[in-house]
Amino acid sequence: MIIDGQTLVAGNETVQGNLCKLDAPLSFWGGFDPHTGRIIDQSHPKAGALLAGRVVAMPGSRGSSGTPGVLGESLRRGTGPIGLLLTKADINLAAGVIAAAALYEITCPLILIDEATFAALVDGMTVTLPCC
Amino acid sequence: MRLTDQEQHWLSGASGKAHKLAMEMLVAAAEIAGAKEFVAVDFAHINSCHYSGQMSLDFAEFLLAEGATLAVPTHTNASLIDCSRPHLRPASTTPVEVAGAERLMQIYEALGCTTMWSCAPYQHADARPGLGQQIIGSESNAVSFFNSVLGARTNKYGDMLDVCGAITGRVPFAGLHTDEGRLASHVVRVDALDDDTLAGPTFHHLLGVIVGRQSGSRVPAISGLETATEDQLKAIAAAAATAGSVDMFHVVGITPEAPTLDDALGGRTAVKETAVTAELLDETNQALSTRPSGKLNAVCIGTPHFSVGEFAELVNYLDGRTCNPDLVVLATTSREVAAEIQLRGWTTTLEASGVQVVLDTCTYYAPRATGVEGLVMTNSAKWAYYAPGILGVDVVFGSLADCVESAIAGEVVR
Repeated sequence: MIIDGQTLVAGNETVQGNLCKLDAPLSFWGGFDPHTGRIIDQSHPKAGALLAGRVVAMPGSRGSSGTPGVLGESLRRGTGPIGLLLTKADINLAAGVIAAAALYEITCPLILIDEATFAALVDGMTVTLPCC
Repeated sequence: MRLTDQEQHWLSGASGKAHKLAMEMLVAAAEIAGAKEFVAVDFAHINSCHYSGQMSLDFAEFLLAEGATLAVPTHTNASLIDCSRPHLRPASTTPVEVAGAERLMQIYEALGCTTMWSCAPYQHADARPGLGQQIIGSESNAVSFFNSVLGARTNKYGDMLDVCGAITGRVPFAGLHTDEGRLASHVVRVDALDDDTLAGPTFHHLLGVIVGRQSGSRVPAISGLETATEDQLKAIAAAAATAGSVDMFHVVGITPEAPTLDDALGGRTAVKETAVTAELLDETNQALSTRPSGKLNAVCIGTPHFSVGEFAELVNYLDGRTCNPDLVVLATTSREVAAEIQLRGWTTTLEASGVQVVLDTCTYYAPRATGVEGLVMTNSAKWAYYAPGILGVDVVFGSLADCVESAIAGEVVR
């Protein structure tokens, strides 16, 4: 599926990957381990899921002020997502992605999608995020 | 987006790479938040000083190397380490994290921060912004407290973005910085609860969790509370920000922007109403414990950092008794509150009872503090929410009085 949405932070190339669809928003700080690339929030419906190297779709956003640091650290380590699809814009996810690009030249496109697009996504499907 | 000449100058890179990157991040945030302009701030409490990996350091080293300076008084959130108790997280077992956290603390001090290392800045006279003041908040409980209880205005500016705002003295004019953004759209009613329930020692923590779960990122107005102390409002703020993404709430008749429910709602009709029931409180309480009984390894209190009033309660409950020597009892707070309780003679009392007063950090951060393993009891919904995932421990949630009795018994007592 080719993702049609509003690019909040652009990557530098087209991204294609396996989708991890989250049914609840995730706080990266405290909810995700940048060493393993997995969800560690035990109350999250997808606790234990691997996000490393996948495109992650999330309804809304939530959580902690530590989110940019943890998301950015996972991008630095290569344990983070390769793209993020959100139904609600989030300045802190954007901050993590922009800082990682500035410090390490590692990009992770951040795209705002509507509810209908989110509903059409299926966990495990292959998605394509067109560049720019 | 309208930029002033000064902002354009910074963005162009003419004032150096730190201001350029700060403006790039702030402009992106402004576009995402739908802001048309920036608003000046005159206070900051930042989380970037909390070590969460090599990136925290790389960003800070970049700022230092580029000669960045802070435009506003900037206070530091809790660190990963307790400078006065190195054995709490020994460098021998986690050298990278400890060295990283130490270096990060040095850098933010060198950049000119007021080093309080506390998640509860509002408990300090010089870090209590006032009604209507435009500020930068970062740590989630502090953001919620600043907005809700003090009436200061901030969105939640996470790692790095918070410093970008402190360097430039401005943030996007959107969300909770605006009058409109602060109006409630969700009403949480507690009027159906009896007085005993409302006076219960864990009530405000549980209410905060319910508010967080039900409100998501809406601004809720809690209706039906007759009184609330600052410590109780702190409990609501911390739990609601943890369980949801509540950066502001009103308590009708208590918080400064909600003399009436109509004021909180700005004359509009709520899009959602939630009635809190005794059953909902009970379910919420049970869900906070992964193992509700058994022999304890540790008791962790002081999340967010304990106030002087909370230490008074702790000393009162202990009443000179000694905790079971097989477990670790840790109470986290700030240096300033610790100095105050020392003056009152309580530090000696607490240490004699087996309670360690921990400074500068928190006990739910990874790597685990010494002794925080197995089954751990806490009076903090926030601690109970995060610790199983972050630390891999079992947690049991209870009132401060129950935490004390359990610490003495060495097992969960209610």
